[in-house]
Amino acid sequence: MSLSKIKNIPYGKNIIELKNISLSFGGVKALTEVSFEVKRGEVFAIIGPNGAGKSSMLNVINGFYKPTSGKINFAGQERLQMEPEFAAKSGIARTFQNIALFKGMSTLDNLMTGRLLKQKQNLFMQALYFGPAEKEETFHREKVERVIDFLDLQSIRRTPVGSLPYGLQKRVELGRALAMEPEILLLDEPMAGMNVEEKQDMSRFVLTANHELKTTIVLIEHDMSVVMDISDRIVVLDYGKKIGSGKPEEIRSNKAVIDAYLGVSND
Amino acid sequence: MIYKETGQYNSNYRSDHAIFPLMQDKIAFSLLMLVAFLFVPFVVDSYWEKAILVPFLIYSMAAIGLNILTGYCGQVSLGTGGFMAVGAFSTYKLMTTYPDLNIMIIVIISGFISALVGILFGLPSLRIKGFYLAVATLASQFFLVWLFNKVPWFYNYSDTGQITVSERTMFGVPVTGAAAPPYATYLFCLVLVVVFGFAAKNMIRSKIGRSWMAIRDMDIAAEIIGVPPLKTKLTAFAISSFYIGISGSLYFAVYLGALEVTESFDIMAISFPVLFMIIIGGLGSMLGSFLGAAFIVLLPIVLKNFMVDLVGLSAVTAKHFEITIWGLLMVVFLIVEPHGLARLWSIAKEKLRRWPFPY
Repeated sequence: MSLSKIKNIPYGKNIIELKNISLSFGGVKALTEVSFEVKRGEVFAIIGPNGAGKSSMLNVINGFYKPTSGKINFAGQERLQMEPEFAAKSGIARTFQNIALFKGMSTLDNLMTGRLLKQKQNLFMQALYFGPAEKEETFHREKVERVIDFLDLQSIRRTPVGSLPYGLQKRVELGRALAMEPEILLLDEPMAGMNVEEKQDMSRFVLTANHELKTTIVLIEHDMSVVMDISDRIVVLDYGKKIGSGKPEEIRSNKAVIDAYLGVSND
Repeated sequence: MIYKETGQYNSNYRSDHAIFPLMQDKIAFSLLMLVAFLFVPFVVDSYWEKAILVPFLIYSMAAIGLNILTGYCGQVSLGTGGFMAVGAFSTYKLMTTYPDLNIMIIVIISGFISALVGILFGLPSLRIKGFYLAVATLASQFFLVWLFNKVPWFYNYSDTGQITVSERTMFGVPVTGAAAPPYATYLFCLVLVVVFGFAAKNMIRSKIGRSWMAIRDMDIAAEIIGVPPLKTKLTAFAISSFYIGISGSLYFAVYLGALEVTESFDIMAISFPVLFMIIIGGLGSMLGSFLGAAFIVLLPIVLKNFMVDLVGLSAVTAKHFEITIWGLLMVVFLIVEPHGLARLWSIAKEKLRRWPFPY
């Protein structure tokens, strides 16, 4: 399985390489010839104005969209697309821009779904429950409880997530992704709509996951102060094209990026 | 203060994940089981058996089945009658083909046959959702009933098209046929419902249950986490049809004894009432399946006793009133408490926890 292959990649070496990715829906070109690579263990940010193709980029990486052309090199294997299930099995987890939690289930159950791929007991053993299935359930519960501890979700363990406030839902969604123990975590606007304190908390969680669990993080975010603070490298998209990439300080002084964000006067 | 959970700490994840984590629930359930197994069999008479207990158990089984599919996996189905018919006719064919086979084995094999048919009719669920899937399952209802009506092989070429049960015994006591004593049929159904009830609850609190609920709540996110949609939906169809098939088998072999397919497994006779059971009882709740079944079985009896015996209406008028009240209750439930009796029970538990204090 390619999960073990990923583990062999040294930190700081390329884990995903995207080469000339184009994606179009009918006549609409969402992405045009975008190339960049993500190194193992870094915090990588994708930024750009609205409609620049950032979310599409994430969807391409975890196999939800099939690029029209281009190649994805993931952990040394080159392909045009991977199935979402394969991406999940290979250790890619993600969160969504519009929260995609299982609203009828409790926080605990939502986080437990992150362990589904790791649970191996068959249907009969699950129906019987006692014995191996129970042992497995307890084992994964322990793992999930660590995530609950980490994200301070203890008090809402049994609450159906549909009734939680927005900021907490975002946190539960991060928890569900972390419960998968991913190698690569794709975060689609994890701090959208949050106040400063919530953003600080979220940044702390993301950075701790990166430092302690050595998770590679690819994130989309609009808050520039957050992006500049926490990311190691940044790629900037505008109208589906890559207009800049590099370290935060390089991006800050990049002429094309400033133009894209502030607009150019045609005088 | 009656339903107090203070001081009850779960010190490990095993006991925290138990079916009844609270002492009160454990005691209540154990008492219920003691009464059901050790008291009721000695006092049950033929009226209680035929009018209340056996239909309640059989409908509970069907409601658990439909709740797995509709309540937990979110796939609306109107094909319950069809799948129950598969269970009933499988039982009939197995009984007549293998006269020596034990009735328990026959019932369970009938469940498996229904499961296979369920998988077949579950295939469209990959492409269609909601109302459209409901219509597709409606097709299975009409097709299966038509099939058992039109192909004489299924009812062994009898002139009337009826299927009739022959006597089968468990431990020397007949459980099917006219000679079966009330306690035997009751216990036979009870054992199946308890065993498969626990199995259903275990599945729901394990991996497969969470996969079903994930598909129900947000199928795209479920897919991204690695839940295979087709496999998960088909498992729900298979297991749901297994339960419904067993209930159909019991309905024929233990409860009715003889039946004719268009009359007994009609959409108005089975599919809608069972759907009402899980809506009134509570979608996505095990307790709800039982409460709903009890409600639908008891309501006509209570109403009839009240209107005919107490008020003195004629039986026909009472029947008309019954249908009206039924429809009215459906509407009231959908508006006032869409989560059903199970939710009412959990609200009551909340209240009991702090009674007599307001908060």
